[in-house]
Amino acid sequence: MPDSSTWEIIDNKDIDTDFVDEIVKAGADRIRTCIQCGTCSSVCPSGRQTAFRTRELMRKALLGLKDEVLSSSDLWLCSTCYTCLERCPRQIKVTDAILIMRNMAVDHGFMLPQHKKASQKLLSTGHAVPIDDTNRELRRDLGLDELPPTTHSNKKSLGQVQEIMKRTGFKTLIEGQKMEGK
Amino acid sequence: MTEVQTYSFFLGCVMPNRLPGLEASIRVVLPKLGVHLEDLKGASCCPAPGVVRSFDEPTWLALASRNLALAEMSGHDIITGCNGCYATFKEALTEVRDHPERLKEVKKIFKGLKLRYKGKVEAKHIIEVIAELGPDLVRSSVTRPLKGLKVGVHYGCHLLKPSKNRPWEQTQNPTFLDELVEATGAESVKYKDKNLCCGAGGGVRGSQVALSYDIAKEKLDNLIEAGVDCIVDVCSFCHLQYESAQAQLNKDLGENRYQIPVIYYTQLLGLAIGLDPAELGLGNHVISTQPLLEKILD
Repeated sequence: MPDSSTWEIIDNKDIDTDFVDEIVKAGADRIRTCIQCGTCSSVCPSGRQTAFRTRELMRKALLGLKDEVLSSSDLWLCSTCYTCLERCPRQIKVTDAILIMRNMAVDHGFMLPQHKKASQKLLSTGHAVPIDDTNRELRRDLGLDELPPTTHSNKKSLGQVQEIMKRTGFKTLIEGQKMEGK
Repeated sequence: MTEVQTYSFFLGCVMPNRLPGLEASIRVVLPKLGVHLEDLKGASCCPAPGVVRSFDEPTWLALASRNLALAEMSGHDIITGCNGCYATFKEALTEVRDHPERLKEVKKIFKGLKLRYKGKVEAKHIIEVIAELGPDLVRSSVTRPLKGLKVGVHYGCHLLKPSKNRPWEQTQNPTFLDELVEATGAESVKYKDKNLCCGAGGGVRGSQVALSYDIAKEKLDNLIEAGVDCIVDVCSFCHLQYESAQAQLNKDLGENRYQIPVIYYTQLLGLAIGLDPAELGLGNHVISTQPLLEKILD
């Protein structure tokens, strides 16, 4: 085990040299210009409350530590506030890079159970947050239609939304996710 | 009064299904400013930029484009009262406009579904439309000035950022919402870290609610320190977050420290133009709005 006198060694087998290219290709084109200044970590609202360090995530991505990054719970601590993206002195689209890596993580089977549940709700109702009895009643009391004029009150529209999610592969993607958080 | 503008009103998920009072306040207040809202029938989740876009970007783009296509086919620009939905539409439009191959990809998915889409429609936020009408119009509609009311303004992240794709002149220290709040006669109070995130976005509230409340708590403490009478927001998700975070923090800490009423901008404006609080959904908040109403109505 590494202590203060030893280094944590990164093995060649842990490095995926294509990882950064994939991130660049998906849109975070300036990620290689990162100078590890730490501005992203210093402005991060989530980093104020947790050990999440955006700079570390960017470094690991640049090193090609694909498996470590994609299986990491850190990836899901970002509230996507975009402050790091706004402040990055190298104009790296940091938040976009995180979203790109999250897509890859889900593709590799890493999805938090609550996120799977929200996706299932979207698949079945067209809403990630569907109506409930309390709010049906509240809508009535407020003089609104009990069901909003969305997929909730239009079966044909819901069918269309579900067809789109079938065509994009979202249905298969979510149904194939194992229900465990990492 | 200026000429009537018509928009396709996109509700999203949280507003109609968790905070219908906000929807009611928008439906009653906007026509009074000359803004007509037409329901966007059959719309779905936007879908949420922090979650669905995090899971599968092409699905996010396709569903967002479907909602935009419904508006485009109706002939009106889309309008939303949620920063998350606003972000989804702004980003999805930019994606298909900057990358024609993405529009092609969307159209391929739409094949046979009777959806026509060119990516020509515009996406607006309710507060953007009110800001365009201007604080003077707001001021002239006020019949019950909210004198002496100390407001903590919360813009929310996705209303302002990424700034490259937002209409505001100022991103780091914007003032348009403060001006619109002050046009009601209320005072927008300065407080520490005013532009800090509410903590709900990016799927954080959905998956790690305790962390999201830790982020919200920091701002709530700053607002208490500043002695505000209420928070004014323009996002249904931030609104849900500040209401539920306060209730949970009180429970966790076994005290009643967190009692700041959370008010959506059209609820505040509705009060200032003399509407009934019940009609504005102010009787259905988790954190009671009573102290605020007593201050205004007495």
